[in-house]
Amino acid sequence: MTVLAPERIEERLRVRFPEAAIRRQTGEAVRDVTLYVPADRLVEICTFLRDDPELDFAMLSWIAGVDWLPRDPRFEVVYGLLSLSRNARITLKVAVGEENPRVPSVVGVWPTADWHERETFDFYGIEFAGHPSLTRILLPEDWVGWPLRKDSPLGYEEVAFTHNTPGRILPDPGLKKLAPKKVRYRAH
Amino acid sequence: MTLNMGPQHPSTHGVLRVALELDGETVVEARPMIGYLHTGMEKQAEYKTYTQSIPQTDRMDYLAPMSNNLGLCLAAEKLLGIEAPERAQVVRVLLTELTRISAHCVWLGTHALDIGAMTVFFYCFREREKVLSIYEQVCGARLTASYFRVGGLAMDIPEGFLDRCQKFVDEMPAHVNEYEKLLSKNPIWLARLKGVALLSKADAIALGATGPVLRGSGVSWDLRKAQPYSGYDQYDFEIPTGETGDAYDRYTVRVQELRQSTRIAAQAIQKLRQLGGKGDYRLRDYKYVLPPKEDVKTSMEALIHHFKIVAHGFFPPVGEAYQAIEAPKGELGFYLVSDGTPRPWRMKVRSPSFVHLQTLPSMIRGRLVADVITAIGSIDIVLGEVDR
Amino acid sequence: MTDEKNPNPFRTLAEPPRIATLAPGMSEEDSIREELERGILFTSVEKVVNWARANAIWPLGFGLACCAIEMMAIVGPRFDVSRFGAEVFRASPRQADLMIVAGRVSIKMAPVLRQLYDQMPDPKWVISMGACASCGGVFNNYAILQGVDKIVPVDVYVPGCPPRPEALIHGIMKLQEKILSSRVEIGPVPPKKKKSRKAVA
Repeated sequence: MTVLAPERIEERLRVRFPEAAIRRQTGEAVRDVTLYVPADRLVEICTFLRDDPELDFAMLSWIAGVDWLPRDPRFEVVYGLLSLSRNARITLKVAVGEENPRVPSVVGVWPTADWHERETFDFYGIEFAGHPSLTRILLPEDWVGWPLRKDSPLGYEEVAFTHNTPGRILPDPGLKKLAPKKVRYRAH
Repeated sequence: MTLNMGPQHPSTHGVLRVALELDGETVVEARPMIGYLHTGMEKQAEYKTYTQSIPQTDRMDYLAPMSNNLGLCLAAEKLLGIEAPERAQVVRVLLTELTRISAHCVWLGTHALDIGAMTVFFYCFREREKVLSIYEQVCGARLTASYFRVGGLAMDIPEGFLDRCQKFVDEMPAHVNEYEKLLSKNPIWLARLKGVALLSKADAIALGATGPVLRGSGVSWDLRKAQPYSGYDQYDFEIPTGETGDAYDRYTVRVQELRQSTRIAAQAIQKLRQLGGKGDYRLRDYKYVLPPKEDVKTSMEALIHHFKIVAHGFFPPVGEAYQAIEAPKGELGFYLVSDGTPRPWRMKVRSPSFVHLQTLPSMIRGRLVADVITAIGSIDIVLGEVDR
Repeated sequence: MTDEKNPNPFRTLAEPPRIATLAPGMSEEDSIREELERGILFTSVEKVVNWARANAIWPLGFGLACCAIEMMAIVGPRFDVSRFGAEVFRASPRQADLMIVAGRVSIKMAPVLRQLYDQMPDPKWVISMGACASCGGVFNNYAILQGVDKIVPVDVYVPGCPPRPEALIHGIMKLQEKILSSRVEIGPVPPKKKKSRKAVA
């Protein structure tokens, strides 16, 4: 198995799509090779990555959404690709704005993207144009809101203790304790 | 006719709902509907530190809890840029392989129970009880272990642990022979599984299958060999692969994996005996990992580090990492995005069962209703992982 | 309550049954043994019905999450629940009388759970197994119902995460005690007779 270097992937992409705004994510602890790709060229880039014999990214491993709330563009859709024959992984990112978050769907390239995109839609409200049936998958169909967005609450329910339940009626100490019915025959 | 195989069903291995469109007994279309066990683990992980999320991972694929722990710990270690010491890695490999054995035992028992072979269920659960006793000895809990930590293990292995593991590993091959004797050439088993729930190689790759589902379809891909983690490249084992991609091939792959896991576990025990009692069970990088208690009681810096890590959590660098492991079900991956605070900005779990469930419609289109049960059993889903 | 003096469980009655044929010199034990040999035992319908209900509880197979695995373990050979008469896990709620809610109840599952509870015939009991079913457990967020007692009445709560199989069996035994000490109404309640005011023409 010839080892595919990450730089080679970037090089091939730039050669094939010279005018597309592809840039590599830099950062102290960005441990995987991550490329930002423009949303409008996404399907073409993915098709190229899948069909090119040298790259052969035949499997889409995962799709995730990330909400960077104070930042603009607010959302990122992250695609993790895996090439079995070249034993290589690469991560693609598409930045999506807050108003009208739409990304083209890659279901045509990898059928496995179906449920991943539905899950990202369910959590963040990002629409995938061209998806066969974009409906909620993990939450009930009539749920309102996008739970994994940073401005959605956790839904934490306050646990009721004595100190935070005002007006709680304590049992009357003079109340006669009801004696339980005597058990004549125990199970063991 | 539309038949609803509801969330409560003895054979759906959890709360899975499948809407079957039937024409007589033939399945025209199957639509799995999930979400009945959605727990909001990914949202909750943003409110907890990395160490606090480890017990959450136990509850994802609850048949292989230590595998999930390993995935999260490795992803966090990749993000931090640290590696656990050798002794910790060997113990991790040992326990993960025992986890694999126990998960496959449950799979075999429940799959056989669905098909109708009830004896296998009791035999498999008998083996599983032994593994659960080992878990209990090492961390106190039978099912939800949370034994691994970022940088190593929570505690060192106790005395008598290696002997117990050795005894289990010595007995296991005989038990696997028992299962094979009961099932592999059984005409009913063959009739129910051969040629049923076919998944071709191209379909498997296009639908993102990994693990035994992919290997059953003929692709020899195992993350332990291809992208080794936690010292797996030092162990000697084979990757069983199927040919046609039917349920029988997946069964064979998993039973062979039981044997290979026993082999790896035996090698790990050997290594631990060679290491003796020497070696740290946790990395001595106190910026990220809790110092051992003896140091906390004697050294001032260790005390301060302990306080900081317990009170706030460790502060990873700003960045992200994706680490995948070969869980018993397939490729389990954790994508962690960190913004420098002790709580992850985003934790995404790439769970194998979620992806494999998408292969169900293509497996049973045009088949009989009884094959639906076989298909669901052979892809080995755990709803805790699917719904998270 | 069995103690060393009385190993025979049928003897632990507060007032022993009146035996007419108590001859002088014959001990009570002998007389009861004689009655048993004749095949007659004096007790009350309530006790018998409760005894039958308690020792043959048929649970509904309602495993949701990790607790379901420990519930499956009690069916296994090591912790054998068939000693207590409860190994027959029914698939259909119409044939079950105990619902062991084993695992976390998500909000999508809650209406299904209520429907299953409604489909169970009386008498029915609910054991809430594990921390998630009892109170939400580890997960206190938008997706998990904080306690199954918000939608169904629970008889026994078994804490643990997951509870050991022995703990679940202890819960089933506690439920058996509860059943044994419960009131039983035999037959339908007779309707109240209304005084007819219709004038007979």
